[in-house]
Amino acid sequence: MAEPSNEQIEQVITYALVTFGAEASAISRDAELEALDIDSLDLAELSQIIEEQFGVELTSNDVAEIKTVGDAIDLVAARAK
Amino acid sequence: MSSEPTGAEAQRRPEGSCALVTGASRGIGAAIAIALAADGWPVAVNYNSSAEGAAATVAAIEAAGGRALAIQGDVADPAVPAQLIEAVHNQLGPLAVLVNNAGVRADGLALSLSDEDWQRVLDANLGSTYRLTRGALREMIRARFGRVVNIASVIGPRANAGQANYAASKAAVIAFTKTAAVEVARRGVTVNAVAPGLIATDMTQEIPSTLSERVPAQRPGRPEEVAAAVAFLASERASYITATTLYVDGGLSA
Repeated sequence: MAEPSNEQIEQVITYALVTFGAEASAISRDAELEALDIDSLDLAELSQIIEEQFGVELTSNDVAEIKTVGDAIDLVAARAK
Repeated sequence: MSSEPTGAEAQRRPEGSCALVTGASRGIGAAIAIALAADGWPVAVNYNSSAEGAAATVAAIEAAGGRALAIQGDVADPAVPAQLIEAVHNQLGPLAVLVNNAGVRADGLALSLSDEDWQRVLDANLGSTYRLTRGALREMIRARFGRVVNIASVIGPRANAGQANYAASKAAVIAFTKTAAVEVARRGVTVNAVAPGLIATDMTQEIPSTLSERVPAQRPGRPEEVAAAVAFLASERASYITATTLYVDGGLSA
């Protein structure tokens, strides 16, 4: 699997968050997932999407560390290398 | 509240999806597989040891114009549930209905139960339900549709001397059902339990007939009567029913 760009990762994550019910206009790198009403079920689904799209497996410990949208993008980018 | 759909509204069964019934080579499981097939679900008929029984279930479904496939696997083995779900997905399509029916008994008074009989019943009845549900929910939340029906028992909520292990496993299945249900409810996935009472099957043939006298309906139930409840919970019509236990017991638990 080719290494994804940050833009590709951001696109996939943003699309997923909107699907989960987050306001698209409120999504930014600094936006906190909690403020976007993203909860543990959403994050579990996001992990599945990330694994399918980028082949990156996130553990529940990894997911627990994600506080902002930027955290998620950076973590996936680092693991995809 | 966002106006974006989160999926809970989508309650149509996904095209090409299928059902899996564990322990479907005979008794209640076979009746459930046949009832789901009659409702149009392609059905994976899981069995552990009775290939002949599973073949008979498949034959009954095919004779009625349905589609079914027998798949062997001992769901009490922790490695099997994930393999089974993958096999079902590859051979019949995405899993939309999971019926955790496989179960065993190993009766004995609590004061004399062996560790082996305790663990065997917990692994078969509770461990398999947990592992299969875990795997199925991952697929179901993505599809925004799913039905998990766990076969519990009136034994668990009620006492039955000589079945402490079985009762513990079935009470735990009901507890597991409730919590799993609330976790995924907003993805259009329901998780319910069906608790049969005294049903005439191979598994209950040793139970004394005096027990029937305790049933208000004054007779044992038939596997098909349990299957009808499962088929309803698996249907689109049961979209707002989740985390519940439906007793099919002729009034025994009243």
